[in-house]
Amino acid sequence: MTDIATAFDQTGEAGFGDYVALLKPRVMSLVVFTALAGLVVAPAAVHPFVAFSAILFIAVGGGASGALNMWWDADIDAVMRRTAKRPVPAGRVAPQEALALGLALSGFSVIMLGLAANWFAAALLAFTIFFYAVVYTMWLKRATPQNIVIGGAAGAFPPMIGWAVATGGVSLESVLMFALIFMWTPPHFWALALFMKNDYSDAGVPMLTVTHGRRATRGHVLIYTLLLAPVALAIAATSIGGPVYLAVSLVLNAAFIRGAITIHRRDEPAAEADSYAVEKRFFRFSLIYLFLHFVALMVQGGLAAYGLGGW
Amino acid sequence: MSFREEHELHKRRFGRNLGLGLVLVTFVVLVFGLTVVKVTEGDPMQAFDHVARPEMTVPENAQESGQ
Repeated sequence: MTDIATAFDQTGEAGFGDYVALLKPRVMSLVVFTALAGLVVAPAAVHPFVAFSAILFIAVGGGASGALNMWWDADIDAVMRRTAKRPVPAGRVAPQEALALGLALSGFSVIMLGLAANWFAAALLAFTIFFYAVVYTMWLKRATPQNIVIGGAAGAFPPMIGWAVATGGVSLESVLMFALIFMWTPPHFWALALFMKNDYSDAGVPMLTVTHGRRATRGHVLIYTLLLAPVALAIAATSIGGPVYLAVSLVLNAAFIRGAITIHRRDEPAAEADSYAVEKRFFRFSLIYLFLHFVALMVQGGLAAYGLGGW
Repeated sequence: MSFREEHELHKRRFGRNLGLGLVLVTFVVLVFGLTVVKVTEGDPMQAFDHVARPEMTVPENAQESGQ
């Protein structure tokens, strides 16, 4: 009986949840939120049902690139503690199945977004999937310690796609929203790499902590946090900014820079003494930082509709 | 062991089928909803089958003046 059960397990009979896990639902939630923000703050009105469908197709596109990533990275995912339980390295979904699902959903999401919204937004989504699955996952991740910096662009596209759904184009505002996530990604991930101690080195991924050491990583976190602040504040000066956004952004950036300075000043013995409490707090705060920036933008947009706020 | 015995595998398979079924129903609802919105919002679109397309035909007088 046990032998039969084992045989069944090896036939790749995955549950529905395993396929959902292939789409990286947590990353998808960030994609949904930022794409929604881009769509809401855009100056053109979109029918709510079209907006809902467009966000859904953008999320499916993001999920498809996640499945392609899991197909390609199954070997290193198996080594890292954080990712070892993913469906492909755990043996619940066959690699070819992940590839097929990723490719099918990529084509599906792009075509459906083109039909529901416009072909410019669809082309942007196609490029995002290509960037994440090919440029980041296949070319950069294993080749350079700057993988996070350049690969972060993939995660930064959703608000631009949301904006394109509404307006059919690109503008300074959507580029700045892109830049906000793009500049935010390195300090966010390097803080994670600092306390995920041996994972990346075991897998042979050239994370900055592995190639340049933890001292240099702390420096990089500070530099990128300092570069991020002017980008975040610059949005306040555009048509989607306003006093509410400016106030929120000032407070968040002050706190974020303070955290980065603390990280920069610490050394490894101090970090190990409190089991990376500061780094973990900085990582958690980075999520709140990005979330509140986009909430502030949406609130600002909502107020503008009533003739309040804005410049 | 009877062939009818319920295995954990059957439950997993049922869950997968149910999930896929719901996804397909959602897709049908989405396409129907999008169609309704696009038609009622007056989006520029044409049905290319069994419909006369005036812009494809050459007006009679234009043909005469051209000759």
